[in-house]
Amino acid sequence: MDVIGKSIPRIEAEDKVTGRAKYTADFSSPGMLHAKLLTSPHAHARIVKIDTTEAKKAPGVRAIVTGQDIPIRVGPHIQGRPLLAIEKVRHHGEPVALVVADSEYQAKAACKMIKVEYEAIPMVLSAADALKVNPSLVHPNLASYSKDNKVHPEINTNVANRTKIRKGSMEDGWKQSEIIVESSFFFPQSDHAAMETRCATAEIFPNGVVEILTASQAPYDVKKLIHDHFFVPLEKVHVKVPLVGGGFGGKAAVQLELLAYIASRAVNGKKVKLANSREEDFMTSPTHIGLDAKVKMGATKTGQIMAAEITFYFIGGAYSDEGVDISKAAALNCTGPYKIDNVWCDSLCLFTNHTYATSFRGYAHIELTFPIERTIDLMAQKLQMDPIDFRLKNVIRPGDTTPSCAELTQSNIGDVFQCLNRAKALIHWEEGQKTVVENERIKVKGVSCFWKTSTSSTNASSGAVITFNKDGSINLSCGVVEIGQGTKTTLAQILAQRFKMDMGKIHVMMDVNTEVNPEHWKTVASSSTYMVGNAVLRAAEDAIQQICRLASSVLLCNPEDIDVAEGKAYLKSNPKKSLYLKDLVHGYQYQNGNAIGGQVIGRGSFIMRHLTHIDPSTGKGIPGPSWTVGAQAVEVIFDPKTYTYELKKAVSVIDLGKVLNLMGATGQVMGGMSMGLGFATREGFTYNGEGQVLDTQFRTYKMMRYGEQPEYVVEFIETPQIDGPYGARGVGEHGTIGIAPALANALSLAVEVPLNKLPLTPETIWQTKRGESNDSL
Amino acid sequence: MNRQIHLNINGEEKSVYIRNADTLLTALREQLGLTGAKPGCENGDCGACTVIIEGMPQKSCIMLAVEGIGKQITTIEGLNNTPIQQAFLEKWAFQCGYCTSGFIMNCHALMEKHPDAEDVVVENWLQSNICRCTSYQEIKEAIHSVLSKNS
Ligand code: FES
Ligand code: FES
Repeated sequence: MDVIGKSIPRIEAEDKVTGRAKYTADFSSPGMLHAKLLTSPHAHARIVKIDTTEAKKAPGVRAIVTGQDIPIRVGPHIQGRPLLAIEKVRHHGEPVALVVADSEYQAKAACKMIKVEYEAIPMVLSAADALKVNPSLVHPNLASYSKDNKVHPEINTNVANRTKIRKGSMEDGWKQSEIIVESSFFFPQSDHAAMETRCATAEIFPNGVVEILTASQAPYDVKKLIHDHFFVPLEKVHVKVPLVGGGFGGKAAVQLELLAYIASRAVNGKKVKLANSREEDFMTSPTHIGLDAKVKMGATKTGQIMAAEITFYFIGGAYSDEGVDISKAAALNCTGPYKIDNVWCDSLCLFTNHTYATSFRGYAHIELTFPIERTIDLMAQKLQMDPIDFRLKNVIRPGDTTPSCAELTQSNIGDVFQCLNRAKALIHWEEGQKTVVENERIKVKGVSCFWKTSTSSTNASSGAVITFNKDGSINLSCGVVEIGQGTKTTLAQILAQRFKMDMGKIHVMMDVNTEVNPEHWKTVASSSTYMVGNAVLRAAEDAIQQICRLASSVLLCNPEDIDVAEGKAYLKSNPKKSLYLKDLVHGYQYQNGNAIGGQVIGRGSFIMRHLTHIDPSTGKGIPGPSWTVGAQAVEVIFDPKTYTYELKKAVSVIDLGKVLNLMGATGQVMGGMSMGLGFATREGFTYNGEGQVLDTQFRTYKMMRYGEQPEYVVEFIETPQIDGPYGARGVGEHGTIGIAPALANALSLAVEVPLNKLPLTPETIWQTKRGESNDSL
Repeated sequence: MNRQIHLNINGEEKSVYIRNADTLLTALREQLGLTGAKPGCENGDCGACTVIIEGMPQKSCIMLAVEGIGKQITTIEGLNNTPIQQAFLEKWAFQCGYCTSGFIMNCHALMEKHPDAEDVVVENWLQSNICRCTSYQEIKEAIHSVLSKNS
């Protein structure tokens, strides 16, 4: 009856291969209205005038809303983003007006009839622009925005947040360093590009109930924000989330839900749907953050890293959203999984005139890992050490501390050393890092290590409720959204294991409905299995206690004498003496008709513990419950004549604590690696001189396609995390994190120049080789 | 102006009220409730909307509904327990499932047309679809398990 570790197929699998699985946009109803956004063609411009007279007369139009109708500003840390632009637009694609009409095509046609007069303002299109003396300000009124006390925006600049790490003594660190390397790194903004574009439906009932249907990773945030901004009592906001067609962090941001609410309110509460086109999903809804970084690292001649000075300039876009928190998470984990005693880091999130950025798979770690792992390779090269040996010498271990001085134990850090050694074997490092193959092509290998913690709210919490059917089977209710990561299947396994029950007897409510499901913080940060998994175990424990108590009065013994398995409660000393769960979980009835007990309902909850706020002057604090660590390696064949390359093999070895579902975990990691390779090899927005995004379709925004994938190899190490369910750590994001630097390390060796800029297209490699500038700062 | 047309979908004659400008994807989803075909780009770039028309995979987002008149149209809802659906289940060839209908339709048409397709042919066909969740290795295993069984 062991189900932990087994490759149990995802429980919604059949619906997904028959086209019957339902996503937000699949729901429609007669009479439902449609909203469409008019968006800004400019990156930075003052709105002189909006004229909606003609548009209002267009066929089917029921309402038009503009920024001045909703004078509120939203945002998770700094409330600076209007729902529809007020006074000025700050990025290409920003919503300016919203049209509600009988059908989508009518709304679209009416958008074209709205006349907006703009007046250009100087643009901020790079970190350098943002940091200029007397820069153009994206937010001249920054001081007037409300904000939480964990961010530190700098008034009259474009700095949305600055996080400082001051660990050890830099003076000592540099003194002890005999070899120093220093370099700059860059990658542009890119996109989550989930195949399902964002979509939300809103309806307001006469009794004040607001019903939102949305493709969201954060339904409880949606509920809270509708309450906060529109003063709807919390108990009247019901947010429903069906299956989600990929999230990757992009759907943890709340945007369309608030606009859909506004749209519904404008038409007297009628149901309105607002769905992004692919173009809007790219440039109107939040993206993956860009980065400019500088790293200076010092080591002894024998290869011990002594000091690191790291500056991150995150290209956060027009609004701060999660960008400010991502920049903080990057600082707190800035060194990657290496023991460095003297660390100085300034991590800035900058306002720019790009689409605003939000959380992206890996949350700051995919970003910080690229500059760090490139620097590690540069250092190894200068030391003339093998890059793996150099890493092995410096990897972080239990007893060491993180840049924020959090203490590491075997349980919360796992074993990077072992991961790297295993990756080394799997990529056949002993063959040599660089060899010439047929047609004068060059086979090269690169490696990278990574770590990732969840940087959640210090009081993030989750709940789980289990109820029973009359046949003794179990229903699980919780607030995790199924975005393709398979958490609900894993939770069912956790429950089945605890009850020693067949998986088929566990039913997990797939959709989330905030009206009935106990709250889960949000489905992000690879933390759902840890948080909700623990809540589920507690709910199981609670139910089992109730069952044992009831069974003990029937079997005339103490509750402790009883255990449950295979649908029965039995006497431990004599398992033949047992009762079926079905005869207990809805109350036990004696032969004479008397009944005792009642419905068994298991309640479980979990809250993060021992996490702290971060000291603003030194960065000291505990950001997350544990770090998942791993090592990755990539093998490519490079053609020096054309600068093209072929991806041959990609390896990940991750310390998962405990594998709960082998195929599920492997699939998460392989998919992550594929996404990492997309980011490394081709993805990234390009802009014209006007700050307009040029690649808003899959024709120009290139993605990995079938047949381009290398051979993927995934293995797991199991160093248990003591407080994880069955010892497990999260793994949803991790395949993505170290792939880009591993590839850049390999290709840098092939072309014999450092490649410190992404994406690595034949063109950018060729430019770097020719000596064209690599840095934008 | 809406008009009535007849479409043959999954072997059944269906009458649909459409605008001339409606795509087949819109007609399937909004009129017939066949939401297995998904909008991913509505520009012919991602394949999430793929259906089979007269045996060939077609992107229903770049085809008008009226162009479907008189043709045999198969959507994912018209497939039942086919080898490729089984293979997708066995090989874990999907995660979020959003691209899955399109991939399965494309694979299904491929198997019927070229039961012993070689790698290059498979690649040519399947490059028209995008999956953001899986690594494609799973999808490759799925289609190959079916092709080899056939040959
Ligand atoms: S929706 Fe038809 S190809 Fe993307
Ligand atoms: S399974 Fe999510 S896009 Fe393919």
